[in-house]
Amino acid sequence: MIWIDTVLQGILLGGLYALFAAGLSLVFGIMRLVNLAHGDLIVMGAYLILVLVTLLGLPPFAALLIAMPVMFCLGWGLQKFLLNRTLGDDILPPLLVTFGLSVVLQNALLETFSADSQRLPTDALTTASLQVGPIALGVMPLLTFASAVLVIVGLNQLFYRTSLGRAFRATSDDAVTASLMGIRPANIFATATGIALVIVTIAALYLGLRANFDPNIGPARLIYAFEAVIIGGLGSLWGTLAGGIIIGVAQTVGAAVNPEWQILSGHIAFLIVLLVRPRGLFPRAND
Amino acid sequence: MALLQTSGLTAGYGDFQALFGVNIELGEAETVAIIGANGAGKTTLMRSIAGVLRNETSSVRFDGADIGTLTADEIVTRGVAMVPEGRRLFPSLSVEENLLIGAYGRRGGGHWTLETIYGLFPILAERRHSPGTALSGGQQQMVAIGRALMSNPRVLLCDEISLGLAPVVIKDIYRAVPAIKAAGASLIVVEQDIAQALAVADRVYCMMEGRITLSGTPDSLSRDAIHDAYFGAGQ
Ligand SMILES: Nc1ncnc2c1ncn2[C@@H]1O[C@H](COP(=O)(O)OP(=O)(O)OP(=O)(O)O)[C@@H](O)[C@H]1O
Ligand SMILES: [Mg+2]
Repeated sequence: MIWIDTVLQGILLGGLYALFAAGLSLVFGIMRLVNLAHGDLIVMGAYLILVLVTLLGLPPFAALLIAMPVMFCLGWGLQKFLLNRTLGDDILPPLLVTFGLSVVLQNALLETFSADSQRLPTDALTTASLQVGPIALGVMPLLTFASAVLVIVGLNQLFYRTSLGRAFRATSDDAVTASLMGIRPANIFATATGIALVIVTIAALYLGLRANFDPNIGPARLIYAFEAVIIGGLGSLWGTLAGGIIIGVAQTVGAAVNPEWQILSGHIAFLIVLLVRPRGLFPRAND
Repeated sequence: MALLQTSGLTAGYGDFQALFGVNIELGEAETVAIIGANGAGKTTLMRSIAGVLRNETSSVRFDGADIGTLTADEIVTRGVAMVPEGRRLFPSLSVEENLLIGAYGRRGGGHWTLETIYGLFPILAERRHSPGTALSGGQQQMVAIGRALMSNPRVLLCDEISLGLAPVVIKDIYRAVPAIKAAGASLIVVEQDIAQALAVADRVYCMMEGRITLSGTPDSLSRDAIHDAYFGAGQ
């Protein structure tokens, strides 16, 4: 029974990692850009929600609704005015620029909010748990997982059912030919990063409700996100959810054996998948 | 006044110059063919007009306005669409999605919709849910033409739509030209096949090494003149 409990907790934790990873997966799928500041943007989102909660006295979920459009605009501008300039045949400039952005964000957060760890206020609902037979499942992890599934379903609908989604896929296939269709690739990329930062904000909410955060935890969130994307197969959104779950389960199972092994077992699971399936579980056909 | 006009158009790739002052004109309801050997600069000319390659101010005029410095997406919204060389369908999109994306930058209505495109090329209706790249070469070319038509262009640029296709298939594809013209588009057709070009066009331009070397109506051009304009005199 204890093992079922451990695995279930791991699956739910995987939802959080999938939320970390979905934005990264989206941006990589469309423009082959790995944003090394992704983790720091999550942390920044958490601080933004914290500020809205403390300044305006809003509950965290209401603060999320304000933070999402703010982060969309930020992502749009970031892509349009900075990252688009780094895209090209050479893969190095975007890595260098987003690495620099990561350093800048961490230091800016450190200057503004100090190194003290923070947490979003929780209430009775968010700390409650549901008793399913002998197993207790936290409401918060359940909400996190449900949000992750909703985000992935939503992104898939966007990709395969809307005109914007067609433009995303066409631009990703061939940006020059897409421009002959009246698509402006620079704006498509900006919109994609805007959407990625909306997802980042959702991830930030659950990050801040679940545990403490401080300006330095971004890079580790990036690693989990990156591992989830790679495990799932680059560009596959459902794969990203599966990747998050694999890391989550590996971590909780590892921790159940020995608490010190939690983080390590996640990384080992990642390495094993990489050895067995170098292109991930659900690689895209035409890459 | 011409609907579309280039004047002294130059273009190139980095240090390499591919066009040296090209002047062509396309009138309303006209079909113009551009012929020339491999590497003459035909595709470069099409890409310059379509805005894939940036040009100098007022080197390309369309409908009375200077479009030389506009980007490709702005130019298609104004009414100049291109069927690119090699078709360039989007592999991630189905046939129908490839057609739909052609209407992305479209303003207002017009003759061409999914329905009328399927009327023009009925085989595409049957294959609408297949990936565009799973079709035969001729069918892919139909998708590429349909995709460009979906923007309801006033000028359609066709870059070697017969490339690599069997003669019967080429016939099928050129059978669509009268309907395209009837819907209000003027055409620039780049062709390697001189007979085909002479058959479809009201006027012909011959290109060699980045310059226009000959122009005129099909019946005014002798075989020898075309041969010289194609390969250079004295060869
Ligand atoms: N992307 C490119 N980079 C550098 N040079 C190029 C590029 N594309 C074409 N060229 C050169 O520009 C010149 C004109 O090429 P272009 O493709 O316009 O000729 P074309 O008339 O369309 O030939 P074809 O009949 O083979 O399609 C050629 O010398 C070609 O080598
Ligand atoms: Mg060519």
